[in-house]
Amino acid sequence: MNKTVLKTALAAVLMFGFAFALIPLYNTFCEITGLNGKTSGQVAEDILITQTVDENRVITIQFDASVNSKLNWEFRPTEFEMQVIPGKLYKTEFYAKNLSNSEITGRATYSVTPRVASLYFNKTECFCFTEQTLKAHEEVIMPVTFIIDSKLTEDINLMTLSYTFYKLES
Amino acid sequence: MSHAAVATHDHDHDHKPKGFVKRWLMTTNHKDIGTLYLIFALTMFIFGGALAMIIRLELFQPGLQFVQPDFFNQLTTMHALIMVFGAVMPAFVGFANWMIPIMIGAPDMALPRMNNWSFWILPFAFTMLASTFFMDGGAPAAGWTLYPPLVLQGGQNLAYAVFAIHMLGISSIMGAINVIATIMNMRAPNMGYLKMPLFVWTWLITAFLLIAVMPVFAGAVTMLLTDHYFGTSFFNAAGGGDPVLFQHIFWFFGHPEVYIMILPSFGIFSEIIPTFARKPLFGYVSMVYASAAIAFLSFIVWAHHMFSVGMPFGGELYFMYATMLISIPTGVKVFNWVSTMWKGAMTFETPMLWAIAFVILFTIGGFSGLMMAIAPVDFQYHDTYFIVAHFHYVLVSGSVFAIIAGVYYWIPKWTGNMYSERLGKIHFWWSAISINVLFFPQHFLGLAGMPRRIPDYSTQFAEFNMWSSIGGFAFGLAQIFFIIIVIRTIKGKGTTKATDRVWEGAKGLEWFIPSPAPHHTFQDGEAVKDEQLAHVSTH
Amino acid sequence: MNKTIKSCKLSREGFLFTIFSLLFFSSAHAEYGLNLTKGVTEFSNEVYGLHMIVFWICLVIAVLVFGAMIYSMIMHRKSRGVTAAQFSHSTKAEIIWTVIPIIILIVVAFPSTEALINMESPTDPDGERITMDMTIKVTGYQWKWKYDYLDEGISFLSTLSSESNIARQLGSGINPEDVDNYLLDVDNPLVIPVDTNIRILLTADDVIHSWWVPAFGWKRDAIPGFVNEAWTNVKKVGTYRGQCAELCGKDHGFMPIVVIVKSKEDYANWVNDQKGQQVVAEIKNNSEWTQNDLINKGKEVYNSQCALCHQASGQGMPPAFPALDGSVIVNGSIDEQIKTVVFGKEGTAMESFGGKLSESDIAAAITYTRNAWSNTAKDAVQPQDVKRIKNS
Repeated sequence: MNKTVLKTALAAVLMFGFAFALIPLYNTFCEITGLNGKTSGQVAEDILITQTVDENRVITIQFDASVNSKLNWEFRPTEFEMQVIPGKLYKTEFYAKNLSNSEITGRATYSVTPRVASLYFNKTECFCFTEQTLKAHEEVIMPVTFIIDSKLTEDINLMTLSYTFYKLES
Repeated sequence: MSHAAVATHDHDHDHKPKGFVKRWLMTTNHKDIGTLYLIFALTMFIFGGALAMIIRLELFQPGLQFVQPDFFNQLTTMHALIMVFGAVMPAFVGFANWMIPIMIGAPDMALPRMNNWSFWILPFAFTMLASTFFMDGGAPAAGWTLYPPLVLQGGQNLAYAVFAIHMLGISSIMGAINVIATIMNMRAPNMGYLKMPLFVWTWLITAFLLIAVMPVFAGAVTMLLTDHYFGTSFFNAAGGGDPVLFQHIFWFFGHPEVYIMILPSFGIFSEIIPTFARKPLFGYVSMVYASAAIAFLSFIVWAHHMFSVGMPFGGELYFMYATMLISIPTGVKVFNWVSTMWKGAMTFETPMLWAIAFVILFTIGGFSGLMMAIAPVDFQYHDTYFIVAHFHYVLVSGSVFAIIAGVYYWIPKWTGNMYSERLGKIHFWWSAISINVLFFPQHFLGLAGMPRRIPDYSTQFAEFNMWSSIGGFAFGLAQIFFIIIVIRTIKGKGTTKATDRVWEGAKGLEWFIPSPAPHHTFQDGEAVKDEQLAHVSTH
Repeated sequence: MNKTIKSCKLSREGFLFTIFSLLFFSSAHAEYGLNLTKGVTEFSNEVYGLHMIVFWICLVIAVLVFGAMIYSMIMHRKSRGVTAAQFSHSTKAEIIWTVIPIIILIVVAFPSTEALINMESPTDPDGERITMDMTIKVTGYQWKWKYDYLDEGISFLSTLSSESNIARQLGSGINPEDVDNYLLDVDNPLVIPVDTNIRILLTADDVIHSWWVPAFGWKRDAIPGFVNEAWTNVKKVGTYRGQCAELCGKDHGFMPIVVIVKSKEDYANWVNDQKGQQVVAEIKNNSEWTQNDLINKGKEVYNSQCALCHQASGQGMPPAFPALDGSVIVNGSIDEQIKTVVFGKEGTAMESFGGKLSESDIAAAITYTRNAWSNTAKDAVQPQDVKRIKNS
């Protein structure tokens, strides 16, 4: 009987741990399947080597920017749309301005839709998850360079890269 | 009539501990603890029901008449938490305590002292949870699903709610360990697994579910706690977390949780229906397999609660297919119950009436469940009153009906008194009609576009909400009547003495001990006879 | 106007008829708003069709199972003197009622999968992924929606209409029946063209919301920090109403959605109109106004936006809606009053107008209140003052 109790109690403890193990599991799972539309982090430019460029295939990339209401910044893409060929390197820019009279630090999160498209969205330079400090009324241009993987499935012809800036609570 | 099992124990009637504290506070007797659980569950049922009455009162008419929107959200949240964790689950643990040892010929639960702890944690946990009503900012108001980031706006009540959930989680896990240890080790020598009553089987499976998922829930709310107080970012998008992750973890717990609430009820009705059909349960073995299959499936369908969060196509497809599969084992169960009645010699005492109502109403709840398994259609149903109607059909006319039916079925054995059949039938018809007035119109409300969890609604929804509220008040009142019936039965008012067998068609060990059941039944290693059992199937 | 949700308020006869028709499963459901709407998109029609298919399947199964049970309850009762059979299983029967449901499920799975494809990756008849004609970004806030027309640069907030908002206050004494489209009306509805593939991006600022217009056939969560997408193509001009479907805090029930679908021509006019207004507003916001102009404009704004609660006389309806005549705030510091108007007052019926009215309108209304009635401030508030407070 003690064995039964021991085993079941152990199982309960393991399941408690499992709840926490779900976090890295989920993140890994998302990276593999694009479940939550987060692109994998920054990648090196040598991804270009593995690309096979099909000049006839053009897809549309939209850029979108949100500012959390607690952050008094202006933040927008400098261009709304871009026609790109998968497998080639492109660059776009986002504009941010601190509208307030004091220095503020913000941090951006990003998300790609459709979600599965995030698997093919490779950024070689971006401002995701790095802290940005802007002085009062300071303006800044933030570049993003990216490659859409040429393995992008045929059913996707339009995707959106979206950034949201949050105030970094100290 | 065989009293062999207890012949040597008849004097045990007099061995109950004397004094209130010794008898109840320090009890290790499975029957006393079972009674405590049932009384606690009934108290919580009334508390949770009272909250529901205020909800229905506010929704009686369009416009806000009685409560502020924020308090309304507290009501819906607390109603759910209290009904799920305070009423339904403890009631089933009460049944498990009372009946499992008797049904398998064991003298008590395997771990009597732990049994006492698992119960006495509960009143403290719920006092803590209920105390949030009196705090600044009130009780949790983000729904029982506790979705972040909303739940993190709740203020200090979060800490209390989380600790209450931890405590009742520990209680549930201890209870589950106890049930498993009892069933696996304490069965009478010739009580094979496939001779166990179905109630014991379903509880064994439920106990494994509890051990698997209650800790996951505890983990999830712990992460909420650290997000709120210690600056972690598990679910905070600004910090790199993902609020949807909580939903995945929650429903990984939450879906098995709904089967935790329904499997024991399947067990209870699988005892009742054969008794009053005077015919063995149809497909005993397939019932066991179906229960196990439902339990297994419950782990792989969770995200059907989240079709609208925007999963990739493949995920939606998988969860849709997997969810549709659940209807197979559930259907098998319903078909088996009907086949048990088929060509029986039925009588319709109160427990059987509840069972029949259960089969019909639970199946209706199952149908709406199948409808919402279809992911593209769930884009419409999700978070509307159609969902509210669905889960009340399965949880009230499933779980709560099972608890009420179980009380009518076994209370003669517990108290030695027959309840009043006349009052029991009044209670049944009153409840069976009012529950449909209460929940059936909610299907229409949901389809017509009324979202759930709103304190006020557009005037086009007025008529059905009024009906629903009237049904709600009637159903609430019927349960007060139920308490009166139970008290009268315990006190022996207007009742007759129950025989040992109680029901003509009853089979199973509990019917071969005296009524009321003596304080101690069975001795270690005491063999039971196959003739006393309902199922001796070995095929 | 309201094409989506037919009234299901019934007369007594209507109610009896409904019950009657329900008993016989008549198709009269839709007439009374008892059933799911067919909606106005291809997808919503598919959803409706699926809903009905599964409903009828369930109904047939229900008739068979409950029929068998009721037959058994009548024929196999002890009072008829029957003796109970003792069979306890039948492999044949068990195989039948496992296999048949599996077949039914497979049959249902096909149209369900098709509908899902239509939502998640829509293709034209040639199997090519359809192209989207425009993109609208929907952002959920506690408790309002923001619409950004990404291609046009138009952007505005959409909030519960003042009339509903006043009537819905606890103890307002206003009968909801007297309010048009009670709780389903907004100040600035979303305007879209008919017969156009519209891509809708969804996100949220604070907590999770869910954008739902039943007539379009879907709802989708707006999640802070993430972008979700959905699409629609409305086939019929009209006004369609919906609500937030995910619990988002105390006023979750009070953030409706109104979509006006216009012909392509009317839509183009509307877009020009919006752009024109934006230019004018920009000029007004940046210029210095005379006190008289402010007061004249302010009276207009006040009467349309503020007088519902605070009354044209400035006397309000205490205690819910305090008087502005003689008010401490209105006669006090300018900044305090601007803050109150721009950000609203937590825990009261005072909404935040910062996102709803232009800076010049706010400045004018405030100037008016400070000069009207017996108020003594008698000063002028410039749009630049409002901007400064907004950006502080």
